[in-house]
Amino acid sequence: MLKIDNLHARVDDKDILKGLNLAIKPGEVHAIMGPNGSGKSTLGHVLAGRPGYQVTAGSATLLGQDILDMDTEERAHLGLFLAYQYPVEIPGVSNMEFLKASVDAVREARGQEAIDSVSFMKRAREISREVDLDPAFLKRGVNEGFSGGEKKRNELMQMMLLEPKLCIMDETDSGLDIDALQVVAKGVNAMRNEERSFVLVTHYQRLLNYIEPDYVHVLAGGRIIKSGDKSLALELEAKGYAWLEDAA
Amino acid sequence: MSDFMQQPLTAAAETAPPWLAQVLERGREQWRASSLPNRKTEAWKYNNLQALQQSFTAVDRHAAPRLGNISYPELPGSTLVFADGLYREELSHIDLPAGARLQRFSEADEATASQITNLLGTAVNQARHRFAALNEATLTDGVFLQVDANTVLEQPVHLVWLTSGQGEAVSVNQRLLVQLGANSQASVVETFCNANTGGTAFTNGISELLLGDGARLDHYRLHLEQGEAAHIGGVHAALAGNSTLNSFHLALGSRLKRIDLVAEHRGQGAHCELNGIYLPRGEEQVDYHTCIEHAVPHCTSSETFRGIIGDEATAIFNGRIHIHPDAQKTCAELSNKNLLTSNRAEVNTKPELEIYADDVQCAHGATVAQMDPLTLHYLRTRGVPKDEAEVMISYGFINELVDGVRCEPLRDFLKPLLARRFARNEKLTRHILEEKSLDGSNA
Repeated sequence: MLKIDNLHARVDDKDILKGLNLAIKPGEVHAIMGPNGSGKSTLGHVLAGRPGYQVTAGSATLLGQDILDMDTEERAHLGLFLAYQYPVEIPGVSNMEFLKASVDAVREARGQEAIDSVSFMKRAREISREVDLDPAFLKRGVNEGFSGGEKKRNELMQMMLLEPKLCIMDETDSGLDIDALQVVAKGVNAMRNEERSFVLVTHYQRLLNYIEPDYVHVLAGGRIIKSGDKSLALELEAKGYAWLEDAA
Repeated sequence: MSDFMQQPLTAAAETAPPWLAQVLERGREQWRASSLPNRKTEAWKYNNLQALQQSFTAVDRHAAPRLGNISYPELPGSTLVFADGLYREELSHIDLPAGARLQRFSEADEATASQITNLLGTAVNQARHRFAALNEATLTDGVFLQVDANTVLEQPVHLVWLTSGQGEAVSVNQRLLVQLGANSQASVVETFCNANTGGTAFTNGISELLLGDGARLDHYRLHLEQGEAAHIGGVHAALAGNSTLNSFHLALGSRLKRIDLVAEHRGQGAHCELNGIYLPRGEEQVDYHTCIEHAVPHCTSSETFRGIIGDEATAIFNGRIHIHPDAQKTCAELSNKNLLTSNRAEVNTKPELEIYADDVQCAHGATVAQMDPLTLHYLRTRGVPKDEAEVMISYGFINELVDGVRCEPLRDFLKPLLARRFARNEKLTRHILEEKSLDGSNA
């Protein structure tokens, strides 16, 4: 699914990723943990092609295709989805218009049949109920005036509508209360299948109680310094990161 | 004074109805006494007045210019159409309830003529607005809408001023006078458009809106002229006690477009809402000079203007709020936001507050920004192609103001017009225009 080799990246002339390697197979869920400033969010942004994030060495392929030279929207068409830690507010652009534009663009690029307005609305309303977001939010500006939890649910809604191959969730759990966390976990678990992979970037082991990962990685100093199974998350919760950083 | 309007000045004196003679003379004197503004005139320092370097000519009143393919909104209610300043009966119709009258100056009877002469110039300060004096001096026809007290017009009154684009240096005079009686209600739409065929024209327009006690006016003024159409004009409103004016403005750019909007609160409890959008591109310009005069206590005003300036276009926004010494308990707010979609686009924005009362609430703000790269990126991470994302963001910037247009057929006309303004091809507007069908589907 995703293969990252020796990825180096810089932001504002500061090197953040310094030789990151990661391989994810279809159907796997990988959790990435690590101290503040270690490069976790940068990884997601680099893969999504955010302006200002410059790759200086290494490669990343999604489904066998080099994505680092692709336009951002082409990566999305291929199946990459980044759920933002801080989703962007776009006043004046209705959430519905935005969602329909995304779905149409992605379906068109994948050679799928266009979806008519009525079926789309039906599906959007169903999903908004599944993620516990009042369908009235569909008519509001994208994320405009949404609370932190509502924004995260809106990200989840987009993910469910777009049906990506690889979902990167950047601290989706931060700022969520327990009920909202369960809604997100339920959504992710419902989407899990043999062909779809997930990268969960998180600070807290708690999320992993609800979404059980196949692998847990520790990212520190721009590299993955330790990988393990879900028990590694528990160990980190108990011992912190210092012992690993010292060892590395 | 410059003689670029010599022919229309002479022609008007010959063709205007005799009862207007005094009005014309008043205008002529003020026009002669003033001098053409230049770069050193503060209120005109950003305007490029090169378009006025030629001599303009009023079209012969027996002419019937061909109109070709000029599209303007079709609205229910009454519509009066003028082409190159001349009334077009075959395109017009009047449908008004009892208690409301719509008349042209040129056909006014004696009683109406005396009402018009008494009211003309009472909302506009011609000493300050020299082109309003020019308007009077070249006045040959105009429209007078009079609504009696307590009369409610359910349907809009639509005034369409077209320039045919035929001939060179055509001078067009436009004048509207609206008088709303106490507690009456009306909706007035003014549309200016041209056939963009390359012919130059200069429209000098003045609309005066007189709102009686408790009256309510929804007013829309659309400047859809493009290309070589030059326009200097404005709207001057006088609000009596407890009256409400909702005034919406839209301007596409053209060679020269200078619009002055003045709302004077003359009676306590009056409220004015002034909203506008300007969208110059290419080498076009648009200038909105607005002025809210709070002359008495307990009045409110709210003003929002947004502009999207592309290519090498120039926009000017000057928003003045003047709170007189007696105007205590005034609430006034003003917001102007600008989006520059090119590195060579220019906007000059200036909120201007003059406050002489000490117990008022007043807020103002102006911003100038380029398209936010993160917003654009966010849309693209969801698969929306860059060019469509740019159209969505641009349209989103003004969407709120378009949604505020209460006249639904007008809103339905504006949405596609504006969406297409930002898009190179039709496909890029589809999601903006689809919104209504998404809203309407009750799946």
